[in-house]
Amino acid sequence: MSNSMIGRAAAATPPGAARQIRGLSDRAIAWIFVAPTIFLLLAVNIFPLIWTIRLSFTNFRANRPNAEVSWVGLSNYQRILTDPDIWRTMQATAHFLVWTLVFQVLIGFTLAWLINRKFKGNDLWTTIIVLPMMLSPAVVGNFWTFLYQPQIGLFNYVVAFFTGIDPTSFTMIGDVALAPWAIVIVDTWMWTPFVMLICLAGLRSIPDAIYEAAECDRASSWRQFWTITIPMTLPFLMLAVLFRGIENFKMFDLVVQLTGGGPGNTTTLTSIDLKREAFEKWRTGYSSAYAIILFVTVFGLASIYVKALNKVKER
Amino acid sequence: MSGFSITEPSRGQKWIAGLLVAGYALITILPLIWIVATGFKSSADSIAYPPKVFFSPTLEGYVNLFTTQTRQTQEFLAAHPPQTWYEEIVHARGLVIAGPSRFGERFMNSVIIGFGSTFLSVSLGTLAAYAFSRFKVPLKDDLLFFVLSTRMMPPIAVAIPIFLMFRALGLSDTHAGMILLYTAVNLSLAVWLLKGFIDEIPLEYEEAALIDGYTRFQAFYKVVLPQAATGIASTAIFCLIFAWNEYAFAVLLTSGTAQTAPPFIPTIIGVGGQDWPAVAAGATIFLLPVMIFTILLRKHLLRGITFGAVRK
Amino acid sequence: MHCTRTLSVAAVALTAATAAARADDLTLCWAAWDPANALVELSKDFEAQSGNKMSFEFVPWPNFADRMLNELNSGGKLCDLMIGDSQWIGLGAEAGHYIKLNDFFEANGITMDDFLPATVKGYAEWPKGTPNYWALPAYADVVGWTYRKDWFDRPELQAEFQETYGRPLEAPTTLDELMDVAKFFQGREIDGKTVYGAAIYTERGSEGITMGVTNVLYNYGFDYGTPENPYQLEGVVNSPEAAKGLEFYKELYDCCTPPGSSDWYMSEDIDAYKSGQVALQMNFAFIWPGVEADPNVGGGKSGYFANPEGPDGHFAQLGGQGISVVSYTDSKDAALDYIKWFAQPEIQQRWWDMGGASAMRAVVENPDFATSQPYAQTFLDSMAIVKDFWAEPAYASLLLSMQDRVHSYVVAGQGTAQEALDALVADWTEIFQDEGKM
Repeated sequence: MSNSMIGRAAAATPPGAARQIRGLSDRAIAWIFVAPTIFLLLAVNIFPLIWTIRLSFTNFRANRPNAEVSWVGLSNYQRILTDPDIWRTMQATAHFLVWTLVFQVLIGFTLAWLINRKFKGNDLWTTIIVLPMMLSPAVVGNFWTFLYQPQIGLFNYVVAFFTGIDPTSFTMIGDVALAPWAIVIVDTWMWTPFVMLICLAGLRSIPDAIYEAAECDRASSWRQFWTITIPMTLPFLMLAVLFRGIENFKMFDLVVQLTGGGPGNTTTLTSIDLKREAFEKWRTGYSSAYAIILFVTVFGLASIYVKALNKVKER
Repeated sequence: MSGFSITEPSRGQKWIAGLLVAGYALITILPLIWIVATGFKSSADSIAYPPKVFFSPTLEGYVNLFTTQTRQTQEFLAAHPPQTWYEEIVHARGLVIAGPSRFGERFMNSVIIGFGSTFLSVSLGTLAAYAFSRFKVPLKDDLLFFVLSTRMMPPIAVAIPIFLMFRALGLSDTHAGMILLYTAVNLSLAVWLLKGFIDEIPLEYEEAALIDGYTRFQAFYKVVLPQAATGIASTAIFCLIFAWNEYAFAVLLTSGTAQTAPPFIPTIIGVGGQDWPAVAAGATIFLLPVMIFTILLRKHLLRGITFGAVRK
Repeated sequence: MHCTRTLSVAAVALTAATAAARADDLTLCWAAWDPANALVELSKDFEAQSGNKMSFEFVPWPNFADRMLNELNSGGKLCDLMIGDSQWIGLGAEAGHYIKLNDFFEANGITMDDFLPATVKGYAEWPKGTPNYWALPAYADVVGWTYRKDWFDRPELQAEFQETYGRPLEAPTTLDELMDVAKFFQGREIDGKTVYGAAIYTERGSEGITMGVTNVLYNYGFDYGTPENPYQLEGVVNSPEAAKGLEFYKELYDCCTPPGSSDWYMSEDIDAYKSGQVALQMNFAFIWPGVEADPNVGGGKSGYFANPEGPDGHFAQLGGQGISVVSYTDSKDAALDYIKWFAQPEIQQRWWDMGGASAMRAVVENPDFATSQPYAQTFLDSMAIVKDFWAEPAYASLLLSMQDRVHSYVVAGQGTAQEALDALVADWTEIFQDEGKM
């Protein structure tokens, strides 16, 4: 992500302005302006990160300040990478990640494509669709547990209304088979508009002239869709996937409120598992190693992805 | 674009597209309408089966949200008739008001921490963004990337050392600690967004000002700041919304004094059992400002949510 | 209400003027539940007497341990007084969160002999079985059962039950009888509404399902170690009998609970019972005053019975808490004053009268006690058979493993009961090894 954005940003930055030395030098001003930001980020991001790395090699427990702390080498990392339970949470995260992305891209793109038909009142509908995205996931997630209740909840009732099945016959968050889908549904509801907005920007960036040329070549609208619309919105779509991917890899608030990781461990995503290790079991050293592994994973995956994204853009 | 274009969709196409989008919009807004409606239901109506679409509205949920109640005997209730309309509502359920609830405090915490961190991150962010936009800062690209990468860590992972740091510094469960933390988290967004906005301001304005004898500082606050006002305002709203909605840090680093509303609202329970109308009332009050901001912001929305990567 | 409040405010103002020299602002932290509201009322007396002002921070049960342990572990000053859960006592003592109260008790003539032995062991002692006190027993609580007496008394149901099971329909005394009753009511039509057998604990996030399943496991021979070796897990935690107990709980969940009850704890069980969905309810005894006062199910419509006996024992899960002084407080003396005030027999008697559950023998061994409330005898019977979860400093890790293993088997239906308990032994062994106790 970064590279592409920096590229963009750099391109948008005008060439050096005429600088006159009056008062402080530009160089000094630049440093004065940047320093507080850098300082704060060092204090609240980098210093703690280094501390986390250090802790990850110890058996420190934050709830036993008096206990002896010893170096345990790589054993925390070894324990995590060989723990089948952690792989189970990774699988739950992967399921959540993949399916939310699939649904959000499909529905989001379709909506954007429809809105781009420029019908009357599309502004109003777009604004309504966008609303869920900006709301507090914890507060909304909590309320969805109410909507998902088998007897009194709206969700089961609406499903029953359309399908005719008994609304008390299934329970979205209590059933092992349904719970992973329950969280996918709510996340899709919240974040489809995000993908939609980005796709809409992509669709609107395609100059009409290209379609007009295709029209003259008598290309069918089906062909136009696959040879013009899709390739030209692809970089936007990939950017949307990148953002949603990172966000959903970090997912905590919505799911913890919805299912608390249950039933059993069916929806225990990595963040929820990490929270239990770090702030309920208080295995601080162990969970620091866990945190570093997650960071490396998301950073690595994102970097590979950004390379792919840049390739697509260059085409 | 001209009025006539061969790429303009036909009337029929527009109608179908409009219907589909409107249908989706109605489904997507349904849970939100349900939240607002539940806030005006009585406890019994809120857990009725099948769910009640039509009901007689009451302010019971809002009264429960702002007060705590205790159960009392019939004799006590008879001896102490209600004095106000809200006491009457509570009285009817065999309860009396024992005092105000914590909701007001938690809501104020959200306001203080939200606005405090927004002010700081936008102030610092504007300075940094100006420097990144106008000057040759050594290692600029690396610094910008570094600013951004801080958003890739899961908040729980970040919270481990922050927890230890706050404990050592006595910042746990304080407004100052939370403001500092949210400022740091929001800075990356603020810097990236504001740099985009400042990049768009033509250099000529400043150059003219410098030639007129302004110093850099004067040029910055007399020329650039007014020009960037819209950008700064929308950046501020994005920072505010983030701080407003944040849950993970708040739940781990605050317990009472500085606790914000998101960790608090899901834990609202009434006398014996979860009080859904009160939860819904709290959620409505809490979500409404963000809904209004979203509508006001809709032109800049895309830019805000993509860190300025996509500009309409 | 209006008048009383003004009165008490005036009283506080008066005494505050006289005692202004040492007026402190004390915050007491506890769970958000009915007894906490009663304590607010009761504490007005302390405010009036001492001139200190009391504030309260109440957190709902599902978040209580999480929030409050976090607060203690971060060395926070939010709470001066903590009515912390019984299992925290080991951590509170060993990590230095609580102030040791032995000297204070001695200086003020408070003796633990005045309190029910089970509550002293459960809420105050660490290490268990030694006279080191970190709390004063504040609220005695235990899991018991509530049932719809009005339904049980219906002649047509009586007759049908007698015909099917060959015995009268009454409060069950064994777990098997409990299962029969639950099955009998499951899906039955009563007054035009479909009702279900029992509301039981199944909550995943905090401690719910553990607090429920142990009531069955204990009575099937499950235990925390043996008298010879407190950390003997193999064959005690995962004995074939214990596995049968776990299977029993799953059967009860599968056959006889309302749809959607996959994540239920105290408040969900209350809701289900009060709205007339279930015939039986497993819950801590604290709910009983509220049940008696309820317009739908109170006033004699409900009956109470202690956790039924199983094939290998007769126990009930201990709840309840002691009150401790948090060592990070700036108002240690005022906080101790509160405990001193709270330990007075008259205050303890009023505590019971207002719906609090006193652990003081002078109150509960009073000859009038058993008849003072319809549930008082059941409360006494239940308190006589209590057993508590681990109170080790690592209790949270032990609990999280148990929540995970048990919920995965009972609610999610993964694996067998034996596998779940074997996995639990493996988890617990690892935790105790990390602790250096095994």
